[in-house]
Formats: sequence, structure tokens, C-alpha cells
Amino acid sequence: MTLWFVFALMTVAAIFAVLWPLGRGARMQEQGSEVVVYKDQLAEIERDLAAGLIAQPEAEAARVEISRRLLAAAGSEPASEPKSSLKWRRAAAVVALVGLPLVAIGVYMPLGSPLLRDFPLAQRERGAGSGMAQSLENLVVQVEQHLEKNPTDGRGWNVLAPVLERLGRFDDAVRAYRNSITYNGESAERRSDLGEAIAAAASGVVTAEAKTEFERAHALNADDPKANYFLGLAAEQDGRKDDAANIWRALLAKAPADAPWRPLVQSSLARVGGGGVTMPALSDETIAASKDMNEGDRNAMVRGMVERLATRLKQNGDDVEGWLRLVRAYLVMGDRDKAVGASGDARQAVANDAARLKQLNEGLKTLGLDG
Amino acid sequence: MIAESGHYALVLALALALIQSIVPLIGARLRDAALMNVARSTALAQLLFVGASFVALVTLHVNSDFSVANVYENSHSMKPLLYKITGVWGNHEGSMLLWVSILALFGGLVAAFGNNLPLSLRAHVLAVQAWIASAFYLFILITSNPFLRIVNPPIEGRDLNPVLQDIGLAVHPPMLYLGYVGFSISFSFAIAALMEGRIDAAWARWVRPWTLVAWIFLTLGIAMGSYWAYYELGWGGWWFWDPVENASLMPWLAGTALLHSALVMEKRNALKVWTILLSILTFSLSLLGTFLVRSGVITSVHAFATDPTRGVFILLILCLFIGGSLSLFAGRATSLKQGGLFAPISREGALVLNNLLLTVACAVVLFGTLYPLAMEVMADFKMSVGAPFYNLTFVPLFALLLIAVPFGPMLAWKRGDLLGVTQRLLAAGVAGLVAVAIVWGWTSGGATLAPLAIGLGIFVIAGSITDIVERTGLIRLPFATAMHRARGLPRSAWGTAFAHAGLGVALIGIVCETTWNSEYIATMKQNDVAHVAGYDLKLDGLFSRQGPNFREMIAEFNVSRDGETISVMSPSKRSFTTRGSSTTEAALLTRGASQLYISLGDATAEGAIAVRIYHKPLVLMIWWGPVLMAFGGVLSLSDRRLRVGAPKPARARQRLQPAE
Repeated sequence: MTLWFVFALMTVAAIFAVLWPLGRGARMQEQGSEVVVYKDQLAEIERDLAAGLIAQPEAEAARVEISRRLLAAAGSEPASEPKSSLKWRRAAAVVALVGLPLVAIGVYMPLGSPLLRDFPLAQRERGAGSGMAQSLENLVVQVEQHLEKNPTDGRGWNVLAPVLERLGRFDDAVRAYRNSITYNGESAERRSDLGEAIAAAASGVVTAEAKTEFERAHALNADDPKANYFLGLAAEQDGRKDDAANIWRALLAKAPADAPWRPLVQSSLARVGGGGVTMPALSDETIAASKDMNEGDRNAMVRGMVERLATRLKQNGDDVEGWLRLVRAYLVMGDRDKAVGASGDARQAVANDAARLKQLNEGLKTLGLDG
Repeated sequence: MIAESGHYALVLALALALIQSIVPLIGARLRDAALMNVARSTALAQLLFVGASFVALVTLHVNSDFSVANVYENSHSMKPLLYKITGVWGNHEGSMLLWVSILALFGGLVAAFGNNLPLSLRAHVLAVQAWIASAFYLFILITSNPFLRIVNPPIEGRDLNPVLQDIGLAVHPPMLYLGYVGFSISFSFAIAALMEGRIDAAWARWVRPWTLVAWIFLTLGIAMGSYWAYYELGWGGWWFWDPVENASLMPWLAGTALLHSALVMEKRNALKVWTILLSILTFSLSLLGTFLVRSGVITSVHAFATDPTRGVFILLILCLFIGGSLSLFAGRATSLKQGGLFAPISREGALVLNNLLLTVACAVVLFGTLYPLAMEVMADFKMSVGAPFYNLTFVPLFALLLIAVPFGPMLAWKRGDLLGVTQRLLAAGVAGLVAVAIVWGWTSGGATLAPLAIGLGIFVIAGSITDIVERTGLIRLPFATAMHRARGLPRSAWGTAFAHAGLGVALIGIVCETTWNSEYIATMKQNDVAHVAGYDLKLDGLFSRQGPNFREMIAEFNVSRDGETISVMSPSKRSFTTRGSSTTEAALLTRGASQLYISLGDATAEGAIAVRIYHKPLVLMIWWGPVLMAFGGVLSLSDRRLRVGAPKPARARQRLQPAE
């Protein structure tokens, strides 16, 4: 309510600023004119002459010039009889009284947020009682602020890193894991977590940097499942399918029967076990096979593969078959928007090659995307 | 409540500006004093509301109210208080609010102190000011609103660009804006004169002081910006001919020309139409500068955000005001009363030459700025116009101008005696030649033209001194009389001398810095010693420190000369976590007008660090020059006398010169 009261006061002040001069009588105002200026100039010449700043002949010449201008000005001075036109003054008053508030409200209402109160820092720090939700993001910020001041708090980094990864801030997660290793000492788990974060930051590609971390983890604990899984994945991405299969087979052999990641490794193994085909990922069989997994794992797996395929195609867009597989995968996952987006990207990528474009368009038609 | 009140105050300012742009004009047409006076009260109320709005934004930044998007995007709760305040204009929205605040300030000043103006002239001027203000209020409210809110305020802000977290931000933008926007007054006066169809003497009395105020601030603003770039960007350059710098240099050149032509108009009632055109051009160039910097056409530290709608909006404002004012000029200029006559060799003639050279120089810079942009848009061909272009075009023009500078103030009004002036400048010329000879003999290497340029600088300074000596009669008359005359000398005469000498000082600094600077770039380990220009710099060590919102790595150098320790220099590299970026804080050691300059590069794994060390001889003179010019401007501004240029009579050939 106070806010509206303040607005009202301000509006009244603004209206008053317009009305005030209108209300004053048409009395003669003091104002400058040409004649006054020239008279001042003549006086100035006398002063300069007296002070010895100019000599007699120059003063004389200046006096003649200015007098000439003075005469001309006096002749041409507009006969400015001040008039007062009540009609127009009333119109101006109406504009101020009605138009000004209308314009102000008309402009302010769509732009402003009058219902939102201020949130200065001091008030916020008084506690969560102010009604602000302690969202995950805000908690993260608080932990980050704490770590900013105490960067050697290893436990803090340990807590923060996985949260950052879940929030999708992979680069920050990488930094947090590194700090965790620096201040907590290294362990196989931390090394492979770091590797996973690096790979996630590279959209699922196990980069050389990530691979180094997994190898370090492997050196610390040869049985670390995450390190083994990703080393297998690295081998697969390098095109060494047999190596990948061997790593995963060994992993499964040692794995406890109830390990939650078993199905993931099994399906990965199934993927490379086929061999031969250029891009075995995302064949319809694989997607069908993954139906046996539990919901979460399957989605994660499929999404991971689709992302890898998308990344690869971004780098090398010539592969029409690959594009069609990607579009089909999106359709299977029920993400029609992405499928349409990917087909657009595909057309752009092969636009320079008529044969490929034709092949692509036909393929898309069979997928029912082109009408 | 502060946020919304500030927002509403800005909206009210727009509503008032709309009334102020129309009602006074109707009043002037009807000769109704009350309607004309609406301009005055609305201008003052506008100043009040925009000021309140600006104060509100500052308060929000100081309180770190992250429910305001602008604060969230550009502030951080850990930032030192000074940068919380300066951060208000360290971003697009806030800087535009500062722009309109200054515009309202100038409007308010005209309203408050314009009593000696004819009523209708004041009404017209304020109405034109209100047009400009309305356009920019709309621009701010529609495309760059600093008061937009976030419903769920985040707990921490994104911090200000670290490069801007410097004391320079407190000074450079406000100065520059006072300059840019100050020229809106002479623009409004010009448009008012065209609309009224007459330029009277009161017009002339008003335009020059306002132009002078704007010019002083613009001069200081540009110099400050250049010094800031010099110490903050970390590679020791102070002028790069980049489009953003050119955007501020062009109004300065046009404004300097305007200042001199307004002088002729004020004192001699001549060059009226030309002054009007220059007023329009100067402010148009200011607007063009705003467009170039704010639209995202150019990417630089000044282009905070690139948003095409903003660019289109400013372009629209630009076309409207420049196109509108120039067509008004084309239509009405011929009906204006022409002023007095003068001979080509006269003070007026010298000022015309000054105007000619300055406007051509300005056109050259304009071409160099816009041509690459045009090529990029039309031919999709990226190019940059840099120092070589300007060395071939701008520099000769300025050399010519500097040769002429000492002659101008010594010529008499209306008709002058060039031969006599040359004789009296003989001493200054000799001083310049002696300087050339000394520099030639003393230094080795460097450009052949450098000694000549230094000679020119000395000539300009000596010329200014000669002018003062002549006027006071220091040599001809007894000392006491001369002192008496010096006190009686108009302050504007002193101002001219200081401003012109400032040109010479800056020239000497520029030439020395570019010709004889020495640099040393290497990777240094602890206890390594670098030898630069006779100084020995030993790297004592590297250590890190935690700042309020950054961490910094500091390198400590022990500076000695001939075995004697002079000082310790500690350049640093700061990394700001919130923005994930870093800045180099160069260390400067001033010795007289020369400086040693160290900036750090990247550290290697072995604990060594890349270091750049420069010795810059007389570099500070580059900025002392503009400060002297601005000081001259202030002196001239404080001269509140009425100004008359007494003409030299045709018959008598007097030796004695008019004081003014």
C-alpha cells in the first residue's frame, strides 16, 4: 500500500510542476534581449580602456561597431507583447492532470513489478525466515562462498563436486574434484569421478585428459568399476572394439551379482560384441535389448549414446546413415522436436552434396518426418 | 520499494519530457509567457525525477539487491563499496541511465540559470532538450531497462567485468558523458535558432561557455580513458585508433572547432551559420559515438551486451536527430542574418583555418572509423584501419595546425599583420630550432622526424609564452607594470595560453614515448635480473594473496640504478572466480615524466613467469597536455566578463596589440 501512496505523491509532484507556471499571472518577466547585451558590451569597452587593456583607437572602432549593431537590434526587436491565451493554458492543464498520469501508468504497468518487494542482501542474510526458498542453487552458492574463503577445506569440495555435476555445471565439477584430490589426497574413486566429470563436460566423449584420470584410478585400484567401464568406453570410442569387449568382460567377471551397474556394462558389451557394422550404436536391436533394463538405466544409456552420436555428427556431418539413425533415435525416444532439429542440421550438413541430400530426404520421408 | 519507486520516477520523467517537448513550443508560437515557462519547471522536475531514479539504482547496487536483474548481472556482494557504486554505470542499462541523468542535469541548469535568455529562446532550447530526453527515456524503458526484476532472487550476483573494477571507472565514464551530453546544449541552441529564424547576441553569449564546459569534460574524459587503457590493459599502449576511441575523438575535434568558431561569433558576431552547423555536427558525432559503442556494431570492452533491437533503436534515434536537424539547417540557414566581415589575415581568418583543419581531421577519423564497418557489412570483407592510415592523413593535418597555433592568438581582430606576428614569434621559432638541434645531437636512432616534431612542440609552447609576454609587456615595460598588466589580463587570455601550451606538451610526450621507448620481454625466475634503459630489475619472488573478490599472484621486483635501490615494484595478476576471468595489474614507477612499466604474463610450471617491462620516456606528458588544456578551459570559463573583440582600426598602423 505504501508503494502506491509513494507513486501517488510522485505523480502529484509531477503534475504540480506543470500546473505551477500556468497558474502564475502574465506579469512581465525579466528576460534577456539583444539590446541589453550590446549595452553591456559598450560598458565593457569603457572598462577595458580604463584598465589599459586596449588602446584608444581600438576602443573607438569597437564602439562604432557595437553601436551600429545596437541600432540595428533596437530596430528589429520583435514587439513581444506578452499575450495570454486562456484556452491553451486550460488545455495544457488538462494534459497535465489527465494525460500525465495516464502515460505514467500506461508505461509503468506493463514494465514494472509493483508487487515485488526489495531484497537487499542484509535482509536476506537475516535468515531463511524471510520466506525465500532455500533452493539447491542457493545452497550451492553458500557452500561456494564458504570455499572461496577457505579453499583448503577438502571435505567441502567433496560435498560440492557431485552436486555440481548433477546440476550440469561440469566444468565447475571438474575443478571441485581436482581441489578435492589436492586437499583430501588421491584415491581411485576420486580419480575416476574426476574422469567422469571431464568426460561429461566433453558431452560424453572420453577425452585424452579423462582417460589419463581413469588410468591413474586403474593404477591405484585395478578393480575400480567406474574406471574400468570408462576405459572400455574409451577403447570403443577409439574404434578398438575387441579391447573394449575384453575390458568389460573382465569387469563383469569380477562384479558382484547385484551390482547396480551390471546391466549397463552388459548392454555395452552387447553393443560392441556384434562388431563389423560401422556404427553399431543405436541399432533397433540395441534399443530393443535395452528394454530389459530398468527404466532409469536404459534412459541413461540411450541418452548417452544418442549424445555421442550427435557430437560425432557435429564434427563430421557427411554420414547420412548416421544422421538418419540419430533422427530415428530421437523419434523412438519420443522427442519429436529434437528429431526435426536434427533433420534440419543434417540437411545443412550435406547441402553441398546433391546425391547425399537426395539419400537423406528419402530416408527422412520413410521416417515420416517429411510431408 | 526502492526499485519500483526508481522505475516509476523514470517513467514520470518520460511523461514530463513529453509535455516539455510540446507545450513550450505552443507557448512560443502564441507568445504566452506562462506556457513558455512550463519548460522551466518541467525541466527542473525532470532533473529531480531522473536524479531520484539514478539514486535508487545506486542504492540497489550498494545494498546488493539481486532481485533487480541489473544488479544481479553486474554486482557481487563481496565487491568493495566503490566498485558497487561505479558498477552502476559499468554496464549498458546503468550507463544509459547516467547518460539521461546528465542530460537532465544540463536541461536543469539551463532552466535554473537561463534568466538572461530571451523567453522564447529558452522555451525552444528546453523543448529540443526534451525531444532528445524523450527519445532516450523510451530507449531505456523499452530496450534497456535497469529496473527489471527477478521473482526468485538468486543469492549471489555475477560480478562486474574485472577489467572495469578499477578507480578509472569512477572517473572516465561520467567525465566522458558530461562531455558528450554537454554538446546537446549547443545542439539545442542551434535548433532553437533555426526554428526561430534568428540568432541574437544572447545566443552567442550562451553557446560558448556551454561548449567550453562540455569540451573540458570531454578532454579530461578522453585523457583519463587513454591513461586507464595504458595501465589496465597491460601492454603499455595508450591509443589504438580503435573505433571506440575514435568515437570520442570525433566529437572532441568537432567540439574544438565549435569552441573556436563560437569565439568568433561571441566577440565579432561573425561565422554564425557555420557555428550552427558545427553545433549540429558535434552533437551528431556524440550520438554516433553512442551508437557505435552501444549497438554492438563493435565488440570491445565498452560493448557490454550486443542486442540487435538496441542497435536498431539507437540507429533510429540517430537518423531522426541527425537527419532532422540537418534538413532543418538546409531549409532555414539561408534566412539567417549574416555577421560581420573580416580580412583573410586576421584573428577571424586564423580561427577559420583552425576550423578547416579540425573538421578535415575529423572527417579523416570518421572515414577511418566507418569505412571498415561499411566494408564488413557490404562486401563481407574484414579489414582494420590502423596507425599507418592515420600517420599519413591525420598527423600531417595536425602538424599543419600546430604550426599555425602560435600565430592565431597574436593576430589582431578584423585585419592582422602576419609579418609583424612572424617577427615577434622569431624567438619561439629559434627555441624550436635549438630543440631540434639538441635532440638530434643527443639521441641516436629513432625516426628522423622525431626531433622535428619535438621542435614543433617546443615552438608551440614558446609561442604561448611569447603571447603572454607580449600582452603583459614583460620585456618592454618595467617589471612592476608588467606584473600589474598580467593581473589585469583577462583570464581567457591565460586560458588560451595554457590550452595551446598543453598541445605542445602532449605532442612532446607522444613523440618521445613512441620513438624512444624500450621494452624487455622474457620469462624470469626468482633472482633473475632484467636491464632496461639503465635500470636493473631483480625478481625477488612470487607470492599470492586473497583479495575481497579475487585471488592475486604478485611478483616483487627490486628496482635499482647504478647499484642503488630505488623502489620495489609489485605487478600482479588477479583472477576473479565468479566471472572466471583474470586481469593484469601493471606496476608503474614514475621518475619525473618517465615511467617504468611492468606487467605479468602467464606463470610456467617451473615457477618462472613471463614478464613485460617497458621504459617509457616522458610518457606522462601525453596526459599532462590534456590536463593543461582543460585547466586553460577552466580559466577561460571563469572569465565572466562580457567579451568584446575590439577590431583593429583600418587607418592607424598601431604597434600595440589589443589585449583580447
